[in-house]
This record gives sequence, structure tokens and C-alpha cells, in this order.
Amino acid sequence: MINTSEILQTVRMISEEKLDIRTITMGISLFACATPDRKALYQNVYDRITRQAEHLVATGEALEREFGIPIVNKRISVTPASLVAAACGDPVVVARAMDAAAKETGVNYIGGYTALVQKGMTASDRALIASLPEALSTTERVCSSVNVASTRAGIDMDAVRLCGQAVKDIAEATRDTDASGCMKLVVFANAVEDNPFMAGAFHGPGEGDCCINVGISGPGVVKHALEKEAKGQPFDVVAETIKKTAFKITRVGQLIAREASSRLGVPFGIVDLSLAPTPAMGDSVAHILEEMGLEVCGCHGTTAALALLNDAVKKGGVMASSHVGGLSGAFIPVSEDIGMIHAAERGALSLEKLEAMTCVCSVGLDMIAVPGDTPASTIAAIIADEAAIGMVNSKTTAVRIIPAPGKDVGDEVNFGGLFGRAPIMRVSPYSAEAFIARGGRIPAPLQSLKN
Amino acid sequence: MEKKNTAVVTVVGNDTIGIIARVSAVLAHHEANIQDISQTVLSGMFNMIMIVDISLSRFGELKDALDVLAGELGLQIRIQRSEIFDAMHRI
Repeated sequence: MINTSEILQTVRMISEEKLDIRTITMGISLFACATPDRKALYQNVYDRITRQAEHLVATGEALEREFGIPIVNKRISVTPASLVAAACGDPVVVARAMDAAAKETGVNYIGGYTALVQKGMTASDRALIASLPEALSTTERVCSSVNVASTRAGIDMDAVRLCGQAVKDIAEATRDTDASGCMKLVVFANAVEDNPFMAGAFHGPGEGDCCINVGISGPGVVKHALEKEAKGQPFDVVAETIKKTAFKITRVGQLIAREASSRLGVPFGIVDLSLAPTPAMGDSVAHILEEMGLEVCGCHGTTAALALLNDAVKKGGVMASSHVGGLSGAFIPVSEDIGMIHAAERGALSLEKLEAMTCVCSVGLDMIAVPGDTPASTIAAIIADEAAIGMVNSKTTAVRIIPAPGKDVGDEVNFGGLFGRAPIMRVSPYSAEAFIARGGRIPAPLQSLKN
Repeated sequence: MEKKNTAVVTVVGNDTIGIIARVSAVLAHHEANIQDISQTVLSGMFNMIMIVDISLSRFGELKDALDVLAGELGLQIRIQRSEIFDAMHRI
């Protein structure tokens, strides 16, 4: 029998410390939809998604009510659109069908307007990257990703150049809303096939017909546990406290994933052990790092603190779930984390420090606003740097960057809701134009002689 | 984990006369059988945890009725399936 203090602890985690399930994401394969005919392709994609995800949102809401835990997002990821649209040649058809299906099923975002081009680009991949400004400015809920590098294939620098340009063009196409289209594009290295988090979610080609992936959250719970149990204690105690807390959080994720999968009659995929912050007070990864003794996130020591946090979350979570996957690690999106926003506003957090932090945690330069006049080649070079970190360290890295038109250092962009606001960060004024113009591939790195 | 049909009701708020009676009446009306109660009043704050068998109840209707009662009494009343507590605190 569960005792009183355990019951009260769970209730407090949910009501005061913002414990929630961040997302239930249904992955749906669209391979069977491929056809050369544009109308038929649209209809196949729309029908497949709306049929498969018909009960997704209602089931998520029922689970929220019965277990008394908020499930913030219900979402869908699909097979990379460049594969599905290859026979037809026009990927935008798939984007429109995805958008319409998302609205019909009631999910707020649908991911998978994606191309996997780490080794090279097909005509369909090129068409998809070229279509990004149109696709992301004319649809509402479609999220996109491009995988430009991997540890085994190296970095496709032609794709990096195209993505740098695409980011600029998307910013221009959505300039009325502070380049909000750029929030919906993630450029990856070593992208994972079962990530439930947007904007980088897609249902990888190695996945089955359909599955349920769940992303947990809970930075507030971790911070609270550290305040209570590890104040002034050595790092051994800090790591143990984070592990125990991550275990509890992940068990709830596993329960919800299993229930959702059984009620929807769809196999359970993975639980993603990510600490995903929101701009709400008390839901910040930066504040966990500051709780460890840093004056402000971004000061010296931040990388070490983040390394400990990231590792302890995985160690605690991995035993709590039968299948762990996705991105699994602490996220450090600037605009979506109130502690990160404050640190950037104070000038304590620079792009260079964020780049260092991405070496030891999940994903990468996420939700970062830069001056609107940043050249495409500089954005491509930022992508190349991040991809190199991912490639050499055999980890997932990503760039989600927003060159806000007409804005400069000192201004801020405000996206509202879960996306928060971001102060414009300084980028290096020196040019990488000739570097990016070279094109070709950066070869895959050695897997031995590690130093 | 076996499928259970128990839920945990937690009630927190300012103490007044008849809280247990009112909550129990709603539970009885919705055929939820109380298995365990633990209740304290600390400096005027009422705290109660009930374990209830909801095999015969409709969860949604019971929750709605408790929400209405919470509004009337000015208290927080939650009902959650007990699996979430087992998952978090038992291996």
C-alpha cells in the first residue's frame, strides 16, 4: 500500500512543481501513401494520418483526467516527406496534407517535413529543402527537419549551405511574425528516428507502421529536490538526488506511454528522458544549474554542471522504462527557458558558451535569435560547427536559429506561449563565406585514436 | 502491473464542518467504496487522503461531481487512478 507521504509527494510534484508529460507523439509511417499523382498523394496522406490518429487527442485527454497529470501536447510524427514525395516530385503536397490532417485530428504540431541528407541529396531532398520557405510560411502546424551530418557519413556541406540559405528565406517569408517559421525547422546531425519532441520529430524509415512515443518533462521537480535534499552537499549527493527524481518522473512517463499504447491499440515505442523547460517560472533547466551553485547560467562551471545533470537524468531514467530513446537529455532552448532568457539578457550567456554546453547535453543551439542581417553563410557556418560537434562526439546535435528581420542585438523577439521570448544574441562579425562556398563533404571521423 | 480499480482522493483546504460527510456522500452516490481514510487538521488546514474502490463507478462522472463539490466547499479535491502512485514509488 502506498503511504501518505508518497501520495502527498506525487500530488505536490504535479500541483506545485509543474510535473507534466510534455508530449504523447504518435509516429505514423506514410510509405504506403507514395504515388506519382499529386491529388492521390494528398488524399492518401490525409486519410492515413486522420484514420490512424483519430482518437489520439481524446485518449490523451482521458489519461490526463484519470491520472491527474497534465499532458501538455498531443502530436504526430510521420515518415520523412522527401521519401514519401519522391515519386510525385512535389513535397509541398505532403506538407498541405499533413497540415490539414493535424487540424482535423486536433494536434498542435505534426513533424516529418524532413529530408535525411547526411551523405547526399536526391532530387526529392533538394526539392524539399528548396520548398521550406513556402511550406513553413503557408502551413500552420507542420514542423520540419533536415539531417545534414552523421558520425558514419560525415557532414554534407552542400546541404549545410542550402539550409543556411533556407533559414534566411524562411525568416523573410515569415517576417511579419518575427521569423516565426524558423521555429519550425531543426537542422540535425545524427538525428534520431523516434524523437517525440517538436520541431525535430519524424517517424524514421526504420520504424514500424505506427507507435506511441512519450516525452517527459520536470525541470521544476529536479530543482525542488536539489533544494530540499542536496543544499550545500557534495556532487555525489547532487547526482544521487537527480537520479532518484528522474526515476520517479520517468516511471510516470512509462505508465502513460503504456496506457496510451494499450487504449489506442498501437505499439509502445519509447520514453524520451528529456528535461524540457518552459518559459514558466519554476520550469527551468538553467535554474537547476544555478541551484548547483552558479551565480547565473553561462558562467564558468556551467558546462560541468550540465554534464552532471544530463548524465544523472539518463542514469535515473533508464531503469524506469522498458524502452528509452529519442533525444533523452536536458534541453537548453534559450527562448523556452526563463533562466536562459534572463542569463542571455544579462549578457552572461553567449552563443560560444551555448555551443560548449551542447557538447555535453541533448540537442544543441535551440531557439536562438540572432540579428536579421546575419548572412546565410554565417548561419550555415553555425550549423556546420554544431554538426561537427555531433559528428565527432557520436551524439545528436541540432540548430534551430531565428535571424529576426529588422532586429539587432539589444532587441528581442516574442513568440508567445511555450515558445517564449528571446533576446537577440551577438554572432561573430567575421565572414565564413569562402568556407561555406566550397561545398562537398567533410569526411566521417576516425572511431579510434580518440583524443 | 495488474489492472487495479482503485483511486486516490486527496482533499486539502480550510477546515469546516462536514467535509468528510460531503465527500463521502458524493463517493457513495457514485458507487465508490472507501477502503482507507487518513485525515489530519494542522493549524486550521484540513488534509485528507482516501483510497477508494471505483470498480462500479464511472470515473468521469465521479470526477465531475467532486469538482463541483470542490467549488462549493472552496477546497482542492483531486481524484487520480492509483497506478500513478504505484509507478512512481514502487519498483
